[in-house]
Amino acid sequence: MAPTVRSAWIQGLHSLAQHPGALGFLADLGAVDRLLTLQGDPSLFVVTAAGQLLVHVLGLALHNCGPPCGPPLDPQWPLLASSLLAQLEEALQPASTPQLLQALGVLTNAFTSCPAPWAPALWGRLRPAMTCLLEGQPLQAPHALGDLLLAVARSPEVVVDLGPWEMLALVLGRLEPSQGGQLALGVLQLPECPQALRAQAFGVLLQPLTCVLSTSTDAPGLQELPPSAVGGSASLDLLLASRSACVGLLCCALARLALLPPLPWRPSPWPQAFLLGAVVAVLRSCNGHVPISAAGGRLCAALVGCERVQRAALDLLGALAQDAGPPELVLEVCGVLLEHVDSPDSSPTVLKKAFQASLTWLPHADKKPHPCGLQVPAQLFLPELLQVLRKRLCSPSWEVRDSGLEFLTQAASLWAGQADFRQMLQASEVPPLARQLLRDPESYVRASAVIAVGQLSSGGLWAHPGDQQGSPLEGLLDMLDTDPDAFPRRAILQVLTAWLRDTHGPLAAHPEPLLARAFQAAGRDPDWEVRARGLELAREFLVQTLGRIGVPCPYVPTPLLDTPPADTQALHPACRTRLFEFVFPALFDYDRPVARAACELLLLLRAQTTTCATPPQAGDTPDPATVEAALHCWRTGEAGRPLGELVPQAVLAVLQALDLDDLRGTLADGSDHAEKSPLSLLQDMLAAAGAQGHNQVDCY
Amino acid sequence: MLDCGLDMTSTLNFLPLPLVQSPRLSNLPGWSLKDGSAFLDKELKECSGHVFVDSVPEFCLPETELIDLSTVDVILISNYHCMMALPYITEHTGFTGTVYATEPTVQIGRLLMEELVNFIERVPKAQSASLWKNKDIQRLLPSPLKDAVEVSTWRRCYSMQEVNSALSKIQLVGYSQKIELFGAVQVTPLSSGYALGSSNWIIQSHYEKVSYVSGSSLLTTHPQPMDQASLKNSDVLLLTGLTQIPTANPDGMVGEFCSNLALTVRNGGNVLVPCYPSGVIYDLLECLYQYIDSAGLSNIPFYFISPVANSSLEFSQIFAEWLCHNKQSKVYLPEPPFPHAELIQTNKLKHYPSIHGDFSNDFKQPCVVFTGHPSLRFGDVVHFMELWGKSSLNTVIFTEPDFSYLEALAPYQPLAMKCIYCPIDTRLNFIQVSKLLKEVQPLHVVCPEQYTQPPPTQSHRMDLMVDCQPPAMSYRRAEVLALPFKRRYEKIEIMPELADSLVPMEIKPGISLATVSAVLHTKDNKHILQPPPRPVQPTSGKKRKQRATDDIPDCKVLKPLLSGSIPVEQFVQTLEKHGFSDIKVEDTAKGHIVLLQEAETLIQIEEDSTHIICDNDEMLRVRLRDLVLKFLQKF
Repeated sequence: MAPTVRSAWIQGLHSLAQHPGALGFLADLGAVDRLLTLQGDPSLFVVTAAGQLLVHVLGLALHNCGPPCGPPLDPQWPLLASSLLAQLEEALQPASTPQLLQALGVLTNAFTSCPAPWAPALWGRLRPAMTCLLEGQPLQAPHALGDLLLAVARSPEVVVDLGPWEMLALVLGRLEPSQGGQLALGVLQLPECPQALRAQAFGVLLQPLTCVLSTSTDAPGLQELPPSAVGGSASLDLLLASRSACVGLLCCALARLALLPPLPWRPSPWPQAFLLGAVVAVLRSCNGHVPISAAGGRLCAALVGCERVQRAALDLLGALAQDAGPPELVLEVCGVLLEHVDSPDSSPTVLKKAFQASLTWLPHADKKPHPCGLQVPAQLFLPELLQVLRKRLCSPSWEVRDSGLEFLTQAASLWAGQADFRQMLQASEVPPLARQLLRDPESYVRASAVIAVGQLSSGGLWAHPGDQQGSPLEGLLDMLDTDPDAFPRRAILQVLTAWLRDTHGPLAAHPEPLLARAFQAAGRDPDWEVRARGLELAREFLVQTLGRIGVPCPYVPTPLLDTPPADTQALHPACRTRLFEFVFPALFDYDRPVARAACELLLLLRAQTTTCATPPQAGDTPDPATVEAALHCWRTGEAGRPLGELVPQAVLAVLQALDLDDLRGTLADGSDHAEKSPLSLLQDMLAAAGAQGHNQVDCY
Repeated sequence: MLDCGLDMTSTLNFLPLPLVQSPRLSNLPGWSLKDGSAFLDKELKECSGHVFVDSVPEFCLPETELIDLSTVDVILISNYHCMMALPYITEHTGFTGTVYATEPTVQIGRLLMEELVNFIERVPKAQSASLWKNKDIQRLLPSPLKDAVEVSTWRRCYSMQEVNSALSKIQLVGYSQKIELFGAVQVTPLSSGYALGSSNWIIQSHYEKVSYVSGSSLLTTHPQPMDQASLKNSDVLLLTGLTQIPTANPDGMVGEFCSNLALTVRNGGNVLVPCYPSGVIYDLLECLYQYIDSAGLSNIPFYFISPVANSSLEFSQIFAEWLCHNKQSKVYLPEPPFPHAELIQTNKLKHYPSIHGDFSNDFKQPCVVFTGHPSLRFGDVVHFMELWGKSSLNTVIFTEPDFSYLEALAPYQPLAMKCIYCPIDTRLNFIQVSKLLKEVQPLHVVCPEQYTQPPPTQSHRMDLMVDCQPPAMSYRRAEVLALPFKRRYEKIEIMPELADSLVPMEIKPGISLATVSAVLHTKDNKHILQPPPRPVQPTSGKKRKQRATDDIPDCKVLKPLLSGSIPVEQFVQTLEKHGFSDIKVEDTAKGHIVLLQEAETLIQIEEDSTHIICDNDEMLRVRLRDLVLKFLQKF
């Protein structure tokens, strides 16, 4: 039997097992035994599905019988659960590795889904087998074992009484540093954990960095470390055993450590100085600069030019920016970041990470001088960064230009309000360069340039004395008409929407003619995302003009009812921008997201206008036939404007003529709704019956 | 002789040769010794704290003392940069041999030499400085003049006549062409991927193979890719011409070049690129072709100024067979392989032989100027350094790695213009060398000592050295190194008629032997076995008889050749059958000794010899010999 059939069979059983009454049926059928056998299936899909079903069956069995009866650690187990657990316990034998792995996997998932009152009992039952496993030499399936222990530790009911801490400490202690990282991270991610175990786990993660720093003549913050983090020369030799091992271990350690700073329960005291020193040392080694020592030379030979390590280290450096550190180390961090941003050998991906990390470190560089008199390089770092950015925006590599523009956008959005930043940015040539990149041959870069220019304009950062080019708005609208690629056009509509939201933005005064151009361009754009973003712009404009249509916010009670009704006068600005000539045809767009967005927009508008608007006066309203003709044109995409230029009365008439609720229902259907419908099922059954040639009537 | 490059770094010790009278350079103060002696003040000038020789620049020649270059039969040239000393060798040392090089190497090499000669000759300088070269005086001079080596051998530039004469001695070769050198070895040039026509060489006999890898590149630039496969199975691989800037990645440097160029021009500044007239400039122009539109530089003029600019740009387009595959395929479209043709057509790139003439009419700023010489000591670049050096808007971008840019700039200090160092050296770096050596697996690698240890300034960089097994053999300047192989075999051809006469006997399954009686004829290191002369018929002609005896050596009746081995046990049994008794056998390291105690005779049986030692009993010896021979085969 094909694996797909086995997998489907298990899925079928899973559906069946949603009902509590199915458990007895499954037990009688011997399905549990079969599922346990399928744990050894050659297909991974089958194994996973069988495992999930076993977990589900166990959870359901425990759930059905209510809270445990009898002694807390030795309660009365439901029969099905007991038999299943007995078989799983049997598999927890050191000798049977494949079964052991599968059993551990099932039990790990079982702990996450079993009813809370049963968790201590489950742990109490498994504990002897686990103890036996831990005594085995060598330690079998350490990672799966660690996962199970972590799952147990995450269960608050278990932790209170019989926490698995000792076992976790034992496993951590028995794992090689290169193997224990994932488990150590899991331990550190536990909100509650004994301090000693936390220190042990943190030590495992820190050990590779301790080795790195031990090759340096200057090792800051070593005294802050837990003893388990300090490895000997053996650890160093292990790290330097081969290039691939060294790179792999460091990458994993750096990536795991980068997850810790945001945790509220991160290890304390947090060795910020040590980590900064180590990351700087790693990054310097990658660039070929190392202290003079034999081990440093070997480390450098292993790491030089290694992009993977550079990326991971820069990520960690970025994560570490939530704290600062000793000023002299901040200086070093700024230096190494500048080195990476400036280095011609930095690959585009490394450069992007370096820019991101710089963004997080800039606020620290802005701090006041340290009491010792050391100037934190606020006034140096940013100008130098902008200098390098200027160069990077001229790079022949489009990825580099793109990353540079992204950095500029983020920096401008974060610090547009800061006078120093504004002054430095305007003094640099960066804004005009960004504007020049609107003509870049690469569409991604043009899109990023559009966003950057939009951000600079919003922040009022164009006011460079030498900049004679004025607002970039006209240029962007021209691009919207002419740019051959979709990415820049999407970006333009995104920027226009942002500007429209901003009451002081470039669109604040006389936006209607400009928006009319934008809606017209969006309406005929071949790219559906451009049209969808055009609808966002239309919605924003309606919000501005009607002042009532807002996005229904779940936290605000009945937003629409609180607002006064719109009258037809309020629709005049929208009509002048020819917004509805764009929105109504969009309702029948072949791309469903566009049609749905248009439908939602009109539904909101209808809610405002049909309930409260003044009744249209006779003579203003187009007759139903004309409305129908217009709808036909929009539906079929034919040319012609039966309604002429849309005026508010015509808009209201169309709104009334449309069955938007029905349309919304139709558009909400999935693309496979026809296949999944009962009708389709019936047709399938009929077809199957037809093939057999009899019992057609029974199908009804 | 493998290559003959010219060390031009010696010119950095000299003052620049300005095309236009430079008051600054001509009014430099003379240098005097610490004791106030000013006898050198005409020869040495002080400029920005450095001392320069005020004379026509001189070049450091290849080593001429170690061997008599007139005994050199062949010079193999790897690329056009490695032939710049050729006129000194071919015209002044009594060299009478042949030089082998590919056609682009010769043509572009000629352009480089022509440019060099032109740069020097068009600014004649009457003064020639020689006092400072006196060893006793030299050691009193400040660095780097004090530390300059072999200054007495430094020579002025050659003339165009010498260039032409030297180039006439070159024989053109194509890639993979096999060239017999005196029958002794065969040499073959292979594409090295570094420059147009650049080659590595295979030097091989029938049983030995030496590869000479010089100036190679694995990057995808304009030349034909490097032929690595043919380097396999080498006994020795001589490795040289690795990148001079192993820490600079050429791609990153090209990015820096473009970015800095664009920034300068956008600010209204000019960009000066000191360069050779061929090589990296083709790649830079191609890169700029793709870049200038995106960077908004379409209206900025690019000038290429060199006496050979036109020839260089045109030559590059006609050497299609020496180009990489992409460029070759363009030729069949037909399109020019290099996009600089389009730059010229659209007037974005203009080229001039010098700053005089048309250039001064067309010159517009801001602009980008490519011109030589990269040493900044002669050529049109001197003029631009003087012209643009005072403005911080301008930038000089160094792309050639041959000269220290700081030393090159020394006589122009103080300098306001920005200096950017973007050395673009596409030759093999150490990582690429390691991969190459793993791929071709030579038995031995021989390379300069500098490649076997990290650079002195970065002694921790263990990755910046050749890493191979067994470790590379290194050599220093003027060191004589014996290559680690011996020529043990020669191939001998056998004439068909002689081969016909042979009757091989199978001595083992699959192995047949035949005795050959022939005359070994050796000429030009070719060895041929010819049939032996027929017995001389008595003739009446005295002359004829005389000639026959002269040509052919006497042929004696040859004893049969023996083969096989003697099984000791059977041999002893045979001896016993033939009446010998009291036989004792002793094992030795090389075989056995059969001792006939009664007869007081020893028979020493070894793998390749058998000796019968008896005491003047010839009869006994002959009897024993015959018994021994029974076990052996005869031819």
